Amino acid sequence: MTATYDILIVGAGHAGAQTAISLRQGDFRGSVGLLGDESELPYERPPLTKDYLAGDRPFAGMFVRPATFWSEHAVTLLPQRRVVGVDPRAHTVSLHNGDTVGYGSLVWATGATPRQIPLPEPALRGVHSIRTRADVDRLVAELPGVSGVVVIGGGYIGLETAAVLRKQGKTVTVLEAQDRVLARVAGASLARFYEAEHRRHGVDVRTGTALEGLETSAGAVSGARLTDGTVVACEMVIVGIGVVPCVAPLLTAGALGSNGVEVDEHCRTTLPDVFAIGDCAARANHFADGATIRVESLQNAVDQAGMVARILCGGAATVAPSVPRFWSNQYDLRLQTVGLSTGYDQEIIRGDPATGRFSVVYLKGGRVIALDCVNSTRDFVHGRALVLDGARPDIGRLCDPELPLSTLLTTGPGVLTG
Amino acid sequence: MPTTTYELADGTRRSVEMSLGESVMRAALDNSIPGIIGECGGQLTCATCHVLVLGECYDWFSPPDEAEADLLEVVDDPQPNSRLGCQLVLAEGMDNLTVSVPTS
Repeated sequence: MTATYDILIVGAGHAGAQTAISLRQGDFRGSVGLLGDESELPYERPPLTKDYLAGDRPFAGMFVRPATFWSEHAVTLLPQRRVVGVDPRAHTVSLHNGDTVGYGSLVWATGATPRQIPLPEPALRGVHSIRTRADVDRLVAELPGVSGVVVIGGGYIGLETAAVLRKQGKTVTVLEAQDRVLARVAGASLARFYEAEHRRHGVDVRTGTALEGLETSAGAVSGARLTDGTVVACEMVIVGIGVVPCVAPLLTAGALGSNGVEVDEHCRTTLPDVFAIGDCAARANHFADGATIRVESLQNAVDQAGMVARILCGGAATVAPSVPRFWSNQYDLRLQTVGLSTGYDQEIIRGDPATGRFSVVYLKGGRVIALDCVNSTRDFVHGRALVLDGARPDIGRLCDPELPLSTLLTTGPGVLTG
Repeated sequence: MPTTTYELADGTRRSVEMSLGESVMRAALDNSIPGIIGECGGQLTCATCHVLVLGECYDWFSPPDEAEADLLEVVDDPQPNSRLGCQLVLAEGMDNLTVSVPTS
């Protein structure tokens, strides 16, 4: 007999879990299935490259909700299952084990998987990526035998991982193929700051340098051969070069999409009764001047989940844009970001980076589009209103860190919603 | 186990058991207390866990650090006894903690 759910959520990460939570908060009375390919209950992802990797946080403290929550709220968990096909006419999905599951509405929240590097030999030991708890456990189990680590990719995942492992005394090299770290997500000033901070902690950050190949010994990685001709000895390689959205079954079923699955402002795909949310969904973004993009953040996942749940509960879908927010912890640096800085043409630095407390305001055509705030929660908090406002502040006043950003608003700072 | 009471905007009260070391935000999420969202998981990045700490309970906790104080400026109708639930961690002796949830 084919199980059928009024709402079938595929993907039990933050987006999927929040959809189920929000459906019941919105008093949805139909059946809800939450399907995912991992064995664990839904758990928090950001700690995987921070305190969980560092061994500072037990996994038992990372569940999105306690185990009893799901049955108490009549959410059927379907772990260790992967959807391999979608039949939008029959309103069914087919699973890796041959089962079929029916749906009234489908919410695709599968996220993405880490991009891999080619390996010189199959089953090479010592090469890791970080996306799941199992990935981290596997990596941590090998650390006692590891002295040198090469991190491929100077994005947030690579830098956070480098910081944790450096603090544990490993010799760490970060390879970034672009001319600066965080090239996709931040401007030059922030990148230079983080490069300097990592170097100050003893991480060898090599920008403009890519991996040419891996050296091996007895079935395990022993070194990284770089495009500049050098070889860095290492016992572990961690690959953080971005992720590939998990949307093949939807695209095969005819959904529109190339980089991720395309959705409209309500997160609907082009397939009837199929929504997509979170890291896998590409949507026109008000904060990117309408460009269709995927936003890889917790805030995006949670916001889109909440909106889809409201729609499925029969409520009015709000399309008031929600300001992108993100955070990253490395060493004693708390970075909090507002907005999307891509396309900026001007950077204004508030405060002195040498103090470790400063913020970068990104402007485009004189309009504030984003902020990166390091240990500056006040600027982060006020900055959100500047971004929402599309503020065009006086640059002289913007430069002065003694002047709170709230004084540059045309409206009040408001609450952190939207 | 110590008990914490959440007073909701509709006048109802919910009492939950909390463990030492648990935060008011986490206990609220685990017990489906409305009005506490905890979007960022306690990273001082969202301010969606705003509570008012009632009576003498307020003094049980060390005052907000700068980051929390900054976030408290932009919650709905901040009060002198406003705190972010993620920063209120239950310690020994804190029984019958009472908070109200303004946005519930």
